[in-house]
Amino acid sequence: MLAYIARRVLLMIPTILLISIISFIAIQLPPGDFMTSYVAGMRTMGENIEQEAIDNLRARYGLGEPVYVQYYKWMNGIILRGDWGQSMEWQKPVKELIGERLLLTVILSLVSLLVSWFIAIPIGVYSATHQYSIPDYVMSIISFIGVGVPGFLLALIIMYFAQTQLNMNVGGLFSEKYINAPWSLERVIDMLKHLWIPVVILAVEGTAGGIRTTRANLLDELNKPYVELARAKGLNEWKLIWKYPVRIALNPFFSTVGWSLASLISGATLISVVLSLQTTGPMQLRALTSQDMYLAGSFLLILSVLTIIGTLISDILLAWVDPRIRLEK
Amino acid sequence: MTVSSPTNDQLREPAVEDEILTSGENVYVAPPWKLMWWRFRRHKMAMVSAVVLIVFYFTAAFCEFVAPYDPDAPFIQYKYSSPTKIHIRDAEGQFRAPFVYQTKRGLDPNTLQIGYSEDKTIRYTIQFFVQGFDYKLLGLIPADIHLFGIPVAGENQGVFLFGADRLGRDVFSRIAYGARLSLSLGLVGVLLSLVLGVILGGVSGYFGGWIDTLVQRTIEFIRTIPTIPLWMTLSAALPADWPVTRVYFGITVILSLVGWTFMARVVRGRFLAMREEDFVLAARLNGAREMRIIVRHMVPSFLSYIIAALTLAIPGMILAETGLSFLGLGLRPPAISWGVLLQEAMNLRSLVLAPWVLWPGAAVVISVLAFNFVGDGMRDAADPYAR
Repeated sequence: MLAYIARRVLLMIPTILLISIISFIAIQLPPGDFMTSYVAGMRTMGENIEQEAIDNLRARYGLGEPVYVQYYKWMNGIILRGDWGQSMEWQKPVKELIGERLLLTVILSLVSLLVSWFIAIPIGVYSATHQYSIPDYVMSIISFIGVGVPGFLLALIIMYFAQTQLNMNVGGLFSEKYINAPWSLERVIDMLKHLWIPVVILAVEGTAGGIRTTRANLLDELNKPYVELARAKGLNEWKLIWKYPVRIALNPFFSTVGWSLASLISGATLISVVLSLQTTGPMQLRALTSQDMYLAGSFLLILSVLTIIGTLISDILLAWVDPRIRLEK
Repeated sequence: MTVSSPTNDQLREPAVEDEILTSGENVYVAPPWKLMWWRFRRHKMAMVSAVVLIVFYFTAAFCEFVAPYDPDAPFIQYKYSSPTKIHIRDAEGQFRAPFVYQTKRGLDPNTLQIGYSEDKTIRYTIQFFVQGFDYKLLGLIPADIHLFGIPVAGENQGVFLFGADRLGRDVFSRIAYGARLSLSLGLVGVLLSLVLGVILGGVSGYFGGWIDTLVQRTIEFIRTIPTIPLWMTLSAALPADWPVTRVYFGITVILSLVGWTFMARVVRGRFLAMREEDFVLAARLNGAREMRIIVRHMVPSFLSYIIAALTLAIPGMILAETGLSFLGLGLRPPAISWGVLLQEAMNLRSLVLAPWVLWPGAAVVISVLAFNFVGDGMRDAADPYAR
């Protein structure tokens, strides 16, 4: 088991390195840099900045240097000092800016993942064991809506109804007085009060796929001889279903948890822009439009690394549950 | 949703339903495409959805004809006008051909906001094939006939099926125009993914070995990066001064960079399964060259799977374009796509004031669902010999 984990962790390193290169190239792609867009922005506002000041700032952020030097410096800072570079727009270290937002994104994604499993698994099992019943059809329709309605549209619709029918503003993750407050029990409770709306939206998107996977896999399992045997031996139906075929049918859930996390983070990005949540989405969008490259690059890098770590954890769990996986090779 | 016929499955005979057998059409001599069609026809939702898609793509191709008004021409008097009510019964209770009343604009005395009401003394009957703004059909033929409208010149009165936006532009016309970019982008993006996916997936599945490992690792790698943040980053790199067509192709390429991985998986899986088939072995024993085996024997037999997978991949493309354009990173005004139109709904105030700016979202949802159903139907029909 330890050898398996060690091998997987070693394999992660080149992947993360590759992602860091891609993140860096991606944020270097736009023509010009933060200073050109900043100066252009100031000029339209009637401010004129002296060339000398611009050059100074460029030198400070290392903008004039060749790309690979910039990349080397960036990576060096991250690995040796945990320094993700300076945000040019906010005039603050990236680390300070994204810490809490990242935490909230992780909380949001994980809670949504758990909620969507919590909904999808029982419904999927029910649909499979009661195939072609009316609830089965109703579930299919609901899961199709989950597939067809993009999360951000759902967020817009919910926002509209909350505003007009309940006269409630559902944007944000905190009430006004807790936005900048330090973490405390009240703040957590306040967050939970706001968190459920994005969680429900994200879970609806995730649930649809989950129901279909559970249903399809379980239907395959239910026809196998061992199920028949267990039934013939008089095992009660509830125990029979949940103890054996369901466990096998759920395997793909755990093995694709990395991809689910990636798609949850994707979905969360869009939704959080609509609902203006204090997660990474809105800040990344802003960083991208203002070419605040270290901030934007760090977001892409960190979100990808989080997904990879998620996949790793799920693989370890899977190997722990299923000896066939850890023993192969 | 799969249609099964238990009596036939062991014999690997066409699994088409008894009703067709009894109705005299001969299953045993029917060519595969006919069997597929019979099977597809059984999937009711897929049939309905196919019709919906045909209507949508007709709208996309002939949006100038379907749209009653120029999507960029504002009706200055009708900013945020609510959808025009269409009546078939007049004030005296008499039934008439569908008509609309003259819209009256006024200030609400309580809220001091502009409101619209109907002036029941003036009626306009809705006409089909009515003369309107000039356009070029398919970019070639000059015309000025529109599917429907009212014969009123200028900006005095319009039929706003889905209301008007903040500048008084007809939302329905804009959705019709948006269909062109949104729906075609799905197709083009998927075709581009297919080209990449077939080449890489085919190579990977056919040759196996280290090439296979390399391609598979690449696919896994691409899939670990969360798509929206990646797409956002890449499309932010498209220069702001690019013309619409170039941005359009830029976005398509960006979406295909991730999209090909899904196509490659399907193609590779099929190739692997097909490699073991007897008819491939037979062809090889007969001395057919590799290229001939692939093109003449393997491709035709998995084409239907590819088409089904393609159909199921289109909605993802449409959703991605909508999401990106909605964020302002995809297509940008003056281009009209459904995502661009949904930007109007981004701000809560206009959403509350004019909820009909969400209608483009309905177009997105309907087309995505329709593609899903048609894709499901096609996947079930793809192998007419399977149970």
